[in-house]
Amino acid sequence: MQKKETKDLFKASWEYSEAPESTGHIQIQKKYNLYIDGKFTKPVKGKYFDTINPANEEKISVVAEATAEDVDLAVKAARKAFNGWSKLSGKDRGKYIFRIARLIQERAREFAVIESMDGGKPIRESRDIDIPLAANHFFYHAGWADKLQYAFPNRKPNPIGVVGQIIPWNFPLLMAAWKLAPALATGNTLVLKPAETTPLTALKLAEVIHASGLPKGVVNIITGAGQTGASIVNHPDIDKIAFTGSTEVGRYIAKAIAGTNKKVTLELGGKGANIIFEDAAIDQAVEGIINAIFFNQGHVCCAGSRLFVQESVADKVIQKLKDRMETLIVGDPLDKNTDIGAVNSKRQLQTIENYIKIGLKEGGEIYQPGCKLPKKGNWCAPTLFLNVSQSHKIVQEEIFGPVLTIQTFRTIKEVIEKANNTPYGLSAGVWTQNGAKIFHLTQKLAAGVVWANTFNKFDATSPFGGYKESGFGREGGLHGLYPYVKFD
Amino acid sequence: MLPNLNNLPVYDTVGVDERTARFRSRSIKTASKKEGLKLAISMIDLTTLEGKDTRGKIQQLCYKAMHPHDSYSDIPNVAAICVYPSFVGIAKKALEGSSIHVASVATAFPSGQAALEVKINDVKTAVDQGVDEVDMVISRGEFLSGNYQYVFDEIAAVKEVCNNAHLKVILETGELDTLDNVRKASEIAIYAGADFIKTSTGKVQPAATLQVTYVMLDAIKDYYLKTGKMIGMKPAGGISNAKLALQYLVMLNEVLGEKWMNKNYFRFGASSLLNDLLMQLIKVETGVYQSSNYFSKD
Repeated sequence: MQKKETKDLFKASWEYSEAPESTGHIQIQKKYNLYIDGKFTKPVKGKYFDTINPANEEKISVVAEATAEDVDLAVKAARKAFNGWSKLSGKDRGKYIFRIARLIQERAREFAVIESMDGGKPIRESRDIDIPLAANHFFYHAGWADKLQYAFPNRKPNPIGVVGQIIPWNFPLLMAAWKLAPALATGNTLVLKPAETTPLTALKLAEVIHASGLPKGVVNIITGAGQTGASIVNHPDIDKIAFTGSTEVGRYIAKAIAGTNKKVTLELGGKGANIIFEDAAIDQAVEGIINAIFFNQGHVCCAGSRLFVQESVADKVIQKLKDRMETLIVGDPLDKNTDIGAVNSKRQLQTIENYIKIGLKEGGEIYQPGCKLPKKGNWCAPTLFLNVSQSHKIVQEEIFGPVLTIQTFRTIKEVIEKANNTPYGLSAGVWTQNGAKIFHLTQKLAAGVVWANTFNKFDATSPFGGYKESGFGREGGLHGLYPYVKFD
Repeated sequence: MLPNLNNLPVYDTVGVDERTARFRSRSIKTASKKEGLKLAISMIDLTTLEGKDTRGKIQQLCYKAMHPHDSYSDIPNVAAICVYPSFVGIAKKALEGSSIHVASVATAFPSGQAALEVKINDVKTAVDQGVDEVDMVISRGEFLSGNYQYVFDEIAAVKEVCNNAHLKVILETGELDTLDNVRKASEIAIYAGADFIKTSTGKVQPAATLQVTYVMLDAIKDYYLKTGKMIGMKPAGGISNAKLALQYLVMLNEVLGEKWMNKNYFRFGASSLLNDLLMQLIKVETGVYQSSNYFSKD
């Protein structure tokens, strides 16, 4: 039996000094207007709202609130631009997209810092993941623009028309890239709305697009909250809606467009199962669990938020997981050593805290490491819930925060049943050194993505999307082009 | 007794690469950098292991060990000097009055290809001259042919003749090839009586890497949790700059924590590392880099 407790092992004697990324090189305007028809335009009703840094609750800038009138102007601009853009040769469309990709790379540091300031995610992630992947998506789709006839052999793909795109606050620039790049490559024009808590990088992207010389009206970026989104969804001259966000809003969209000719793709919530077998490389699996649930404060639709551990190794895995959590650094998103940043908004923090309360009330055993949280701002310590079951609400519902539920299992059959026993089906993870077991599970798990011995890996070449209430349609890869074309 | 080697944790190369990349991405600045650089200096086993080593070379190196950079005060001594057995007496004498240990490689270093009695005599030579630490190599040939008992017994036999000298066991991870083998060899060495486990001789490439060191730290941690006994760790070979040394310390800090953050439980086997650490330390202190000509090359 164990002689020593691990908790006395991890008193860090060597504390890392502050290592903040500098903000001197970034440019943020005091006020942002709507990017419509190639111009930054004042909103018709003249309303603006603040965008807040969730780490210190300071106002960063004010942003225009688009109303139905502005949405109409944006859609008209996109419609006007459609004829020219869709007739342009694929090679020429590709040139613009390549140009946008390169401009993002050139301004990567500025994008990364603004992303972390506006959304609360650690600079390590925005610098190493969000921004490079966003550029990656533009590069990848630029390549498709003049090769669509090879993507769809013996069929003639045509653009759909004007696309309305609504994106979430968890990966603001990356989600904009996921939406814009395939739509542009296939010859559509569009109206994009970033989330109201994280509009800044999309507006910086508007500057980049403007600098790229893209014909006016092809991309229109407008800001606002739910009402603005509803105006896009309900606008009669929009041909397709692409949405990433909550299942609740996804349902609303599906209802709203029922009976219209609008096409739709939805990328919604998830409650991913992360499955650890006794023959896994345990230490790396623990790292995978950390990455699966604490990446981006758990604000990830494909987060591995339900952990299933084979009973024979459960004690060991949980102990190692707790040890590892002791070394996580929670704090200033701009500090290069920060592992977990700020929760995106007050509202989301309340949601998460509410779920933690429910978990406690349901009798779950909570564990949080002894990390210090800053006083000001929206913070949530990384959290585990032990001794929970499929019947617990915190196991069933998407929390969208750094909260992991842990259940044990005995056999493969049992874990497949439990993993699939959810209305969602976006992601899953399997950890074992046994290759046959991996193939067995990947066929049985009803999830759009199944990662084996890794988690939260993204690439522009790989399609991403969900089963069941996690939505439909795919983004990325060849599959991601389909939702943006129609055939003769 | 040889532990059960069938139940050891396994390692996923891709996962270990990612984990060590996280350590590398830590940004060590200002006060923490100064602290880390000083700590690293105090952990160095300043090493010369060459066919052309002479009495003069050893004496000069010993002086450097005691006076790393006298023009700047408050710089710690290195932990030890590491030499071939024939120079132990000379080094002991040169270091007289200091707290710096003398370590010696033994057991037919670096290949380990000799009869057991030859190896034992090699160790005795060093021990008789008053060596403080013995760095032995394991028989990799026996290990790779599956003769784990032989490897275990050999380490135990060397441990016996070490008397009070600390035993560091070199696994030569560059020849073991897989991380699972590194774990297995660590396990054998620890249970056979190693006080320290060490990655490499420095004569085989690759020498120390963050990946193999990570696996060895994991073995040390598991042993501590099971028995309460602390085993030391010594990466050696290829760690020639301050940045890399700090990354090793970050890993140590986050895997084993404060109890291991001292020269009693962690060493760097290195020679050129010392001057880079000094140069970076002066840079942190003064804000400017000095020419390498201001740092003595012994």
